[in-house]
Amino acid sequence: MGPRPRPSPLLPLGALVLFLLAPLVLSGWIVFLLTVAWAKALAVLGVVLLLRGGLLTFGHALYYAAGAYAAGMAVKYLHVREGLALLGLALLAGVGTSALLGLLVARYRGVYFALLNLAFSMVLYGVLLKFYAITGGTDGLGLPAPPLAGLRPVAQSLRLALYDLTLVLAALLIYAAHRFSASPVGYTLRAIRDNEVRVEYMGASVWRTIYVSYVIAGGLASVAGALIGLSVGHITPDLSFWSQSGEFVFVAILGGTGSVLAPVVGSIVFEFVRNYAFELSPYTWQMTLGIVLLVIIFFLPGGLWSLSALARRLPRRGAPPPFRTSPRDGAGAAGARTADQAREPRGGR
Amino acid sequence: MRLLTVIALDGLAYASWLFLVSAGLTFTYGVLRVLNLAHGNLYALGAYLGAFLVLRYAATGSAVILGYGLLLLAALVVGIIAGPLIERVFLRRVYSREEEVQLLLTFSISLILEDVVKLTWGVTPMFAEMPYTYLGRVRLGGVNYAWYPFLLTGIALAMGGLLWLTVTRTRLGKVLISVITDREISSTLGINVPRVYTLAFTLGAVLAAIGGAFTAPMFSLVPGVGADVLVISFAVIAIGGLGSIGGAALGSIVVGLARSAAVYLAPELDLFAIYFIMALVLLFRPQGFFGEIEVRRI
Amino acid sequence: MTALLEAAGLTKFFGAVRAAEELSVRVDEGEMVGIVGSNGSGKTTFLNLATGYLAPDRGRILLAGRDTAGLSPRLITRLGVARSFQIPQLYLGLTVLENMLLSLAARSGRGGVWAPLYRAPWTDEGRQILERFGLEAYASRSVGELPEGGRKLLDIALAIALRPRLLLMDEPTAGVSTEDKFEVMDTLVGVLRQGRITTIFVEHDMDVVHRYSRRVLVFDQGLVIADGEPVTVLADADVRKAVLGHA
Ligand SMILES: Nc1ncnc2c1ncn2[C@@H]1O[C@H](COP(=O)(O)OP(=O)(O)O)[C@@H](O)[C@H]1O
Ligand SMILES: [Mg+2]
Repeated sequence: MGPRPRPSPLLPLGALVLFLLAPLVLSGWIVFLLTVAWAKALAVLGVVLLLRGGLLTFGHALYYAAGAYAAGMAVKYLHVREGLALLGLALLAGVGTSALLGLLVARYRGVYFALLNLAFSMVLYGVLLKFYAITGGTDGLGLPAPPLAGLRPVAQSLRLALYDLTLVLAALLIYAAHRFSASPVGYTLRAIRDNEVRVEYMGASVWRTIYVSYVIAGGLASVAGALIGLSVGHITPDLSFWSQSGEFVFVAILGGTGSVLAPVVGSIVFEFVRNYAFELSPYTWQMTLGIVLLVIIFFLPGGLWSLSALARRLPRRGAPPPFRTSPRDGAGAAGARTADQAREPRGGR
Repeated sequence: MRLLTVIALDGLAYASWLFLVSAGLTFTYGVLRVLNLAHGNLYALGAYLGAFLVLRYAATGSAVILGYGLLLLAALVVGIIAGPLIERVFLRRVYSREEEVQLLLTFSISLILEDVVKLTWGVTPMFAEMPYTYLGRVRLGGVNYAWYPFLLTGIALAMGGLLWLTVTRTRLGKVLISVITDREISSTLGINVPRVYTLAFTLGAVLAAIGGAFTAPMFSLVPGVGADVLVISFAVIAIGGLGSIGGAALGSIVVGLARSAAVYLAPELDLFAIYFIMALVLLFRPQGFFGEIEVRRI
Repeated sequence: MTALLEAAGLTKFFGAVRAAEELSVRVDEGEMVGIVGSNGSGKTTFLNLATGYLAPDRGRILLAGRDTAGLSPRLITRLGVARSFQIPQLYLGLTVLENMLLSLAARSGRGGVWAPLYRAPWTDEGRQILERFGLEAYASRSVGELPEGGRKLLDIALAIALRPRLLLMDEPTAGVSTEDKFEVMDTLVGVLRQGRITTIFVEHDMDVVHRYSRRVLVFDQGLVIADGEPVTVLADADVRKAVLGHA
């Protein structure tokens, strides 16, 4: 194994245990908020993975809604009750949809990628609204309390069971995302952000890398959607609306893209702040989001996660030995110039 | 026959509207290489201010004809205030950053403007139909049709013509083309590139607001139109090729006719007509009709 | 014997600019061929055509007898052709070692989404290669911290790590100071000989061409105006005029 500074698994595991114990001291409402935050963090995680490849999507709610509605329709039409089965079906729906749309979307970058996703999510929104007879239109669909793994928890403990389920599922998927990030394909995705041309000249496939990442991100969002559906007990077309996608992007930037754990941090902060701020003034909520986003863009580009990194920054290692072929004069300036030139232009496609 | 006439008339009206809303988006992108996600919100601002002025003015009981001037005034006010403000204060700081950051920035502005509309005009629907009804109706090929959509077509043609003349026949046009072709060289030639950017962004904002202001008499206004307008304009310019005015015109006509045909022939598909065409075009021509694929020099 | 690379009648215009016209070049296994020519004479374009980055207007390219028409750089790379760049093409957000590991991962063809990129065989080999190029001290530093000369070498090292049959190098010593040039070339040639890698390299410095290649192609405005041993070719007055601007 290469000597590479790895994050210690102790901290995240400890945090997970704390979260699992939290309901002992927290009110039911807060446990519910945490469930929602953890579930949505999975959708945000998908957005973060794509962002690492330089891909910004304004339509990720498409897969969130796909997951939720797959679960909702499975209850209504297939009479599936089991919660775990519903989650499996949702994942299938999310992976299937993203695998299909990814065929088109994975060719694009930049504004095209962002807006094609937005367009498709708005199509789904329109479908959910319009085909009232099947989807329930604006009324949406109800999701009755599910049995989990065959057990039928009573109302009281259902909330707790769903919380635990969400936590464990999220932890597993976040670990999987961590593995993905450290894998060759995960690194290739980051390399694509820096220099697609080189990736192809190494013989690796840019398209396939983006496609795989896109499907993974879609799958994560669909699980999030189903978890939300089960926790809230009710789903509406708004799950696919642009503002939901915008929220995922917002939380992704708020948390930062520096770690697979950052979406959880961002998501929890977001849900709690919204819970209180939205009550105060519903008409200025989006404006607040916009202003906070501006502040992050200009003053905290690494998001909240970068604060934690600042706190535990390791002391800098010694300077490297002078490089033997470095030009005598102005190596720094020349280096900076090359850095600019080597960056992918992001216009056009 | 009657059906065909209706489809053609509706298609023309819709195409005109599409061109008005998408021309500014594609123009701004063409010059600045930034897709303005707040485009739909500028549209909404134009629409709300236009409707607001017309309603105020109508309440005085004066001649309706001046209402058209008020719509134009509203658009100019919105574009000329919001355009330079957004470009100079915010956009300017991110030109050298990644495209994701530029998109995030215009997204923030879009969120802010979304609430500006709600705070200023509330959430109850607003409808200033006087300029629409005033023009009356006409019988065309056995169809009783309103005059107002033709005004929209006229404005779309005028805007398209003006843009075309500006780009091809004026000094400003030469400057624009020079800046689009090569930013650095232009500025060594003594062109004030930052000013050109402000100007181009403002022009795009005015176009968005004109689209909104002149649509206000046709539909009642509700908050949240911004996102729909943005998505539809993007579909149109993706079909035509990002940055191409001619592409926006072609895209508008194709989408306008297809949508209107769908409305009458297959109403349940009306929503998909636009996106279906977009997906089809992009599948076979990823850069759109008039778009170009840039090959990076290595 | 079939040539490793055979270009026949390659033609490429950018608008009115002639970047390549009727280029016919044959390179056999084991050769080390230099390319010289003034700026804009079409040297880089030739490499771009040979690797599928640009499609020729006319003409064709055979790799070990196989027509590469329509193949992308990725597929041509997988056929055993690697390339380094005039301006280094690196992943600035990753470390030097990670750049190298991606090359090794790509060579193995085993991408995968679960097992880590940092795995012993790759990290060992990656460090070895970096050491060969004197880059090991930078292994865990971001490419952004690498001085220009180091970037140039890393760019070449990434190509060599792919273990190609044919390596195309675009101005490997550009930006390297005159006194270091030979040292860098000695290192490169050592590695290339050991790996028996057929090489074509673009070079401005006549002395370097003289010393390291037994054959040189001279490009001028999209045409190959001479092809032969450096001693004879570079003595020619027309060639000197085309390349140096004076006889
Ligand atoms: N992608 C391109 N688009 C337009 N012109 C190009 C492109 N690539 C190269 N050229 C032109 O082709 C000619 C040959 O360029 P190049 O092959 O880069 O020359 P060299 O590498 O010998 O300096 C030059 O005139 C250059 O400007
Ligand atoms: Mg060159």
